[in-house]
Amino acid sequence: MDLELGADDEEFRRAARDWLTARVPAAPLPSLETAEGFAAHRAWERELHSGRWSVVSWPEEYGGRGASLVRWLLFEEEYYAARAPARVSQNGISLLAPTLFEHGTDEQLARVLPAMASGATVWAQAWSEPGAGSDLAALRSAAVRTEGGWLLRGHKTWSSRAAFADRAFGLFRSHPGADRPHHGLTYLMFDLTAPGVTVRPIGRLDGKPAFAELFLDDVFVPDADVIGEPGRGWSVAMSTAGNERGLTLRSPGRFTAAAARLTALWRDIADPADTALRDRVADAVIGARAYQLAACAQAARIAAGSAPKAAGGAPAAGRAAPGAEASLTKVFWSELDIALHETALDLLGPYGELAADAAEAPDHGSWADGWIFALAGPVYAGTNEIQRDIIAERLLGLPKGRR
Amino acid sequence: MRFLLDDEQRDFGRTLGRLLAAAETPAAVRAWGAGDHAPGRAVWRRLGEAGVFGLAVPEKYGGSGFLPVELVVAYVEAGRHAVPGPLVETAAAAALFGRLDDPGPAGRRLPAIAAGDAMISYADPAHGPYTLDATAADAVFLTHGDTLRRIGGSGPEPVQPSVDPSRRLSRCAAEGGGVLASGPAVRAAAAHAADTARLLTAAQALGVGRRLLDDTVAYVKQRTQFGVAVGSFQAVKHRLADVLVALEFAEPLVFGAAVELAGGTAGGGADPADADPTCADPADAGPADAGTAIAMAKVAAGEAAYAAARAALQLHGALGYTDELDLSLWMRKARALRGAWGTPAECRARVLASPTPGR
Repeated sequence: MDLELGADDEEFRRAARDWLTARVPAAPLPSLETAEGFAAHRAWERELHSGRWSVVSWPEEYGGRGASLVRWLLFEEEYYAARAPARVSQNGISLLAPTLFEHGTDEQLARVLPAMASGATVWAQAWSEPGAGSDLAALRSAAVRTEGGWLLRGHKTWSSRAAFADRAFGLFRSHPGADRPHHGLTYLMFDLTAPGVTVRPIGRLDGKPAFAELFLDDVFVPDADVIGEPGRGWSVAMSTAGNERGLTLRSPGRFTAAAARLTALWRDIADPADTALRDRVADAVIGARAYQLAACAQAARIAAGSAPKAAGGAPAAGRAAPGAEASLTKVFWSELDIALHETALDLLGPYGELAADAAEAPDHGSWADGWIFALAGPVYAGTNEIQRDIIAERLLGLPKGRR
Repeated sequence: MRFLLDDEQRDFGRTLGRLLAAAETPAAVRAWGAGDHAPGRAVWRRLGEAGVFGLAVPEKYGGSGFLPVELVVAYVEAGRHAVPGPLVETAAAAALFGRLDDPGPAGRRLPAIAAGDAMISYADPAHGPYTLDATAADAVFLTHGDTLRRIGGSGPEPVQPSVDPSRRLSRCAAEGGGVLASGPAVRAAAAHAADTARLLTAAQALGVGRRLLDDTVAYVKQRTQFGVAVGSFQAVKHRLADVLVALEFAEPLVFGAAVELAGGTAGGGADPADADPTCADPADAGPADAGTAIAMAKVAAGEAAYAAARAALQLHGALGYTDELDLSLWMRKARALRGAWGTPAECRARVLASPTPGR
């Protein structure tokens, strides 16, 4: 089948480009991982929402444009090509929203999604615990039944954005007598400002508080904030786990834009005799293009009906990378991201050492900041080791073994 | 841009796969390396009957038109089954003669190529010093700058064996042979032929990599050590997972490059605006010309296939280091294809020579 851009797709792309050209701040915002920067990025979400560009793939009633996966890809290309700010609402949009579309009640959709779309509520994820990382089903934080809801008790960690976010979502052990570790869990949403919540920010590699520990001491959550059936939280979470790993978390547009900037940098400053660096630049360009074409092929498969389609009213982009295929994507983009930024830092020679906030850091520190950000990629959203296990067992059919 | 194969294209690939699986190609490769071309020619004829070579020949010369996507489908299967012989060179010669559209000695070859009756060796010193399988081929052609020559008479130079026994190399004759055509049209057609050769080498490499992965996965499932299948060990799994990642992301580059070549923007600096307007790229960010896309495909497929070969050798243990193992034929082919029709360094330089390589 052919996947062609119609005149209305081109119009969509042009409209996005025009809007972004007019509105993207001329100077980069302060780092997202600071109080000041977080507020600035939240204001940017409000601005995006005012133009109805914050959640293009969602239905119109929740602030979106009902855009297809192809149009979402177009929007993302324009977004990154315009060098628009990082998305502070990323976790909510790519993780929580697809779960709500698939398992949420109408009341939850109407209450949660518009506030997420406008940046009024910024969400953090609360999956990991000190004793439950890759082995998430080992989690011990409890949800204890109480009148009209649940009381959360325990300790979550590595909670991205939680230092400054408003609310969080995660899994809790609600039925401790269940026969298997991933049974008896419940998926809940809760306020980070509720009584009983203590947030302790954690400095990432460069010291900025990009994530946090959460100490939960009998935090009340009403029944209305349970997603799906109590006790079945694992399957609720896993049904959309591909979203975190795959296409919708880190779109190809992000990498094609970065590769284009890398090429420009190489042309500007590289020693033509240094073919080792040249080859690394070429590989970054090739990798970004490969990811872009793979995404287009995935969009075509969805359009042709040979891949899982949107279900239960969920927008197509929310189910872009179901299951094990998302693991291929996650390994690929996370390694591409690091290679691309390392190449840029090497090209910069002595300036590659400058921290992102150094006054003389090239390109406002974007390469240094991008490198710090990229280094986390193989770790979060399920380590690449776990992804390779999934690829080997589910796609290659190799037998399960000890981790 | 077309992103998915249609049913007909998929059926074509499956049919070729079945045909080649029954053809005992490892034995044909071993015979080829020993100078006995008969079993390889038999496989070749069957590919010809299935219409593979006609895919590179214009309709007026008895082919089905120049169809790069279908050619890629076929050459992936050829790689998967390690078919011996100058497959790539024959298709490239057809692309060259078809583009020249010369009814003379070159054009007269085209109907025989389409029918699968002509095995052609073709080389251009700009892309390497050797011709492939000149001793097996029915004719040897050479482009050099503005001229096209047929090499014959005194016969080809002595054979230099390749690491891949199905590839018999001999040095391009520096002179001699009759000049069949000359002028800028030859130069442009040779660029088109080289693009075609590079793309089909990438397609073959992709098939080679797929086969190496499939057979190695099958092996590690049945080979036991410490009382369990070695495929249950994480070190083994992760190595194979990385091979799958590399192949899965090389594949869209190979098929995407075929679509670009079909769009008529093949090398020689053709204006991208001449591209088939129905092949709009949804990302509107395609490489500026087919040559860039093909160079990307060659790098990615070549690296993926070689990574598959290294994994296959390692995970078969000592068995993987033997000539007795048929899969070793694919391991060696992966090495040979990596450099054929454009080394990784040449292709990477080509990618960055484009004004807008990634967009």
